[in-house]
Amino acid sequence: MKFTMKSALAGVAIAALMTGSAMAEKRVLKYNADFDPAPLAAFEALIADFEAANPDVDVQLNNFDHEGYKTAIRNFLTADSPDLANWYAGNRMAPFVKAGQFLDVTDVWEANNLNDELASSVGSMTIDGKKWGVPYTYYQWGIYYNKDVYKAAGVSEPKNWDEFIANCAKFKAAGVDCLTTGTKALWPGAGIFDYMNLRTNGYEFHMDLTAGKVAWTDDRVKKTFAEWAKLVTPGYVTANHAAIDWQDAAALLVQGKAANYVMGNFAVAVFKEGGMTNDTLGFLVFPEVTAGVPRAEEAPTDTIHIPAGAKNVEDAKKFLAFVASADVQTKLNAALGQLPTNSKSTAADDPFIQAGFQTVSTAQGVAQFFDRDAPAEMAKIGMEGFQEFMVRPENVDAILDRLEKARQRIYK
Amino acid sequence: MFPTPIAKASPPVQWLYAIALPLALFLWLLPLLGVALTSVRPASDLAQGNYFGMPSTFAWGNYLDIFFNTPMAKYMRNSFYVTLPTVAGTLALSCMAGFALAVYKFRSNIFLFFMFVAGNFVPFQILMVPVRELTVQTGLYNTYSGLILFHIAFQTGFCTLFMRNFIKALPYELIESARVEGVSELRIFWHIVLPLMRPAIAALAVLVFTFIWNEYFWATVLTQGADVQPVTAGLFSLNGQWIAQWQLVSAGSIVAAMPPVLMFFLMQKHFIAGLTLGATKG
Amino acid sequence: MAVESMPTNGMRVPNGGSWWKRNQRALAPWIFLAPGVLMFLLYVISPILQSIWLSFYDWDGLGEKTWLGLANYHELFDDREFYTSLRNNVIWLVLFMLAVPIGLFIAIFLNQTVTGMRVYKSLFFFPFVISQVVVGLIFSWFYAPNFGLLYKLIEWLTGSGIAFLADPDKVTYALVAAGLWPQIAYCMILYLTGLNNVSPDQIEAARLDGARGWKMLWYVILPQLRPATFIAVVVTVIGALRSFDIVSIMTDGGPFGSSRVLSFYMYEQALSEYGYRMGYGAAIAVILFAIMMVFITGFIWKMIRDERSGG
Repeated sequence: MKFTMKSALAGVAIAALMTGSAMAEKRVLKYNADFDPAPLAAFEALIADFEAANPDVDVQLNNFDHEGYKTAIRNFLTADSPDLANWYAGNRMAPFVKAGQFLDVTDVWEANNLNDELASSVGSMTIDGKKWGVPYTYYQWGIYYNKDVYKAAGVSEPKNWDEFIANCAKFKAAGVDCLTTGTKALWPGAGIFDYMNLRTNGYEFHMDLTAGKVAWTDDRVKKTFAEWAKLVTPGYVTANHAAIDWQDAAALLVQGKAANYVMGNFAVAVFKEGGMTNDTLGFLVFPEVTAGVPRAEEAPTDTIHIPAGAKNVEDAKKFLAFVASADVQTKLNAALGQLPTNSKSTAADDPFIQAGFQTVSTAQGVAQFFDRDAPAEMAKIGMEGFQEFMVRPENVDAILDRLEKARQRIYK
Repeated sequence: MFPTPIAKASPPVQWLYAIALPLALFLWLLPLLGVALTSVRPASDLAQGNYFGMPSTFAWGNYLDIFFNTPMAKYMRNSFYVTLPTVAGTLALSCMAGFALAVYKFRSNIFLFFMFVAGNFVPFQILMVPVRELTVQTGLYNTYSGLILFHIAFQTGFCTLFMRNFIKALPYELIESARVEGVSELRIFWHIVLPLMRPAIAALAVLVFTFIWNEYFWATVLTQGADVQPVTAGLFSLNGQWIAQWQLVSAGSIVAAMPPVLMFFLMQKHFIAGLTLGATKG
Repeated sequence: MAVESMPTNGMRVPNGGSWWKRNQRALAPWIFLAPGVLMFLLYVISPILQSIWLSFYDWDGLGEKTWLGLANYHELFDDREFYTSLRNNVIWLVLFMLAVPIGLFIAIFLNQTVTGMRVYKSLFFFPFVISQVVVGLIFSWFYAPNFGLLYKLIEWLTGSGIAFLADPDKVTYALVAAGLWPQIAYCMILYLTGLNNVSPDQIEAARLDGARGWKMLWYVILPQLRPATFIAVVVTVIGALRSFDIVSIMTDGGPFGSSRVLSFYMYEQALSEYGYRMGYGAAIAVILFAIMMVFITGFIWKMIRDERSGG
């Protein structure tokens, strides 16, 4: 006991000394993030630029794996707070805001004219009339497809859902998965649900559903699942999707074993790494299901926040202003292959980014994503339901009953 | 069905046994062999679908890759920093507690003994939330000490059981005669009993080392990030980044398994002595 | 398993000396016990009580706790996921017991004196030394759809592979199989040590009486292996109820929660990305603890009996 307490105290003392001496030379800015390898490189470049502009600040990036980060953040916000942390906009940040874990950064927005420059993100960054972070990127979702597979099956781009399903029959005959996905981490399945519901019932309904205002047993929800079943029941989706990750499914698209993939634009880097080019990889806006429903898109926003326990708030705010600025976002998003949130930035000259910009800016509404629009608990139960549906479509009624029960408990 | 010694069996049976033995071992270790082979497979083999044949070249670079491009070395260091103090602390506490429970008669003796034994069987989940809170509130969250202190406390249960039974088997006359000569209790512990406990200490040291090195649950509950997390949790996190790169997952697994495996092969006698305590006597 | 024994009387306190000298026999045990007992109280006993208390509250780990009474338990008994987890726990418990006979079988198979047998025994024991995280990763690769060794093997034999981890009806069995691998090794080593101590005279005598095969095993060998069997059963029960690591690494409870066990469901509710229902998690932990208590009481009852009878 004595021995360990002593070593514990010694450890704390040494740690204190070390940060003390480092502070004497440079002010440390601790930044916890969850970048995959490609965005990590882009952010390392951004940090180098920031440090060049602020030579007295040392940004220490502590990178987590993407899935693990989502649990780690709960721990470090309460226990071992950094000065900056990555997170997501919308309902996804609400629990932290409500628990007082994020710092109000409205002053950063006002001092840097961000209400104007980041106008499109104002809604998703505001809770209780205050801003709680800064968005640095967003990206469109849609259908990525393998042009060679389309050619081989003699199939053209579908104009609507019926054509899409008709194509699926041809792909199936050719021994190709019409739609691939990997739902081991659950969220890829939610992307499919979101689009099915947005295209079947429209943006307003989708937002009401994720906000808990509509019953999951509503006929309109059942309609969504009936349309979705046209894809699932005949076996047009990759078998075993429940045991593979989205990257594994991406490989199937690259290898020509699958034709279509509902994914976010971040996947383009993975497709291209696997050998696809602008000539073989295509992008499709998700086809219309119910005729006449205005088109809405899925475009999640990624954000940076200052935890309430931050020690170096001043430099953290400087960093937020830096990340929000137009030029920085232009450069960053060119490297990320995504869309800048600052309206004064320019989107990179890449067919997928341009297509995304085009698609999102002309949409009637923009959804964040199921697990950002719905509260965390509902998101988990919902996404498990979607996964179950794609394995056992015949269970649809039991699944919807369960989701409805959860809705009544969660949204009080 | 106690087997006749094989040397006395008929030649065909001997012959059959000689074949069955390596074959059984091969099947038993098949998953492991597959992973070992995958760990030296170049990424290009996997991309081309060469999953089971001989690797086209031996890509030892996979091992360099995990050491230079990931925090693997840090995770390994963290594991040592957590494991070694835990072993020392657990042994210290359990030697003392085991001595007290084996040598002295007092009313709550049996109660305390079974408290330690029962504590061993408790599911971790019932401790999880309060222990995490305690660790957070004492500022030990995400420190080596936070993890070490918990491990010491928990392992002390099992080790005390072991030590107590070991000391009980020692000749009590040694202690009796020392007392008659007026040797103090502390000196009896230090100079008479402790030296006799060397085999038990060795056995437990090896065992606790392996348990703590391989421990995963508390590593994820009480630590995070590459600065403190031990290799089990680190491997899980790296696995999240290495999706579809099985050559790296395999190499990482093998590296993470190395220290307890070496420990086992070097200290086999002690290891098995510790593990099988009580398996022979009734 | 008890090792005896200590005389119960004749502890005369030596005369004279200071207060310490006179009282040291009474105080010494407490001094020796203090650090261990305090740590144990702090980190094991008190958290159990705190968890039970917490299971009556609603708490997200950040804000205030709200008293709920038995509401968490009411919800639990109406929670499909809870029953899935409970059912999987039973599957784990029942099938995990296979480790005991299989371990015995391998031990008997290896209980020979052939050159190199020591190495064989070590290599058979090998899986137990490896972390469950590594075991989980190894088996993930073994089961992986499209390129896993087992998947390919089945495909080669039957024409189409089976993705065990994607099938809600098979996934738990696949996980148990992975968990059994090191557990069998553990039971095997217990029995190998036990077999070393089987008295050769009794074997010979039984053989002269005409005991063969199963009869020999059942009436002569197994009774002598009883201590090994007891420990094998104890560690296997504990192992089965602690099946957290394998589930977390290999499936994360999926597909759609089909492979959850109580220990994993508790963690998920209390600490995972979508969880942070500490009170609800605590209630699950209390149920798991209650199940374990049944076994703990049984084990301890047997140990006390052995202790009393003097081993």
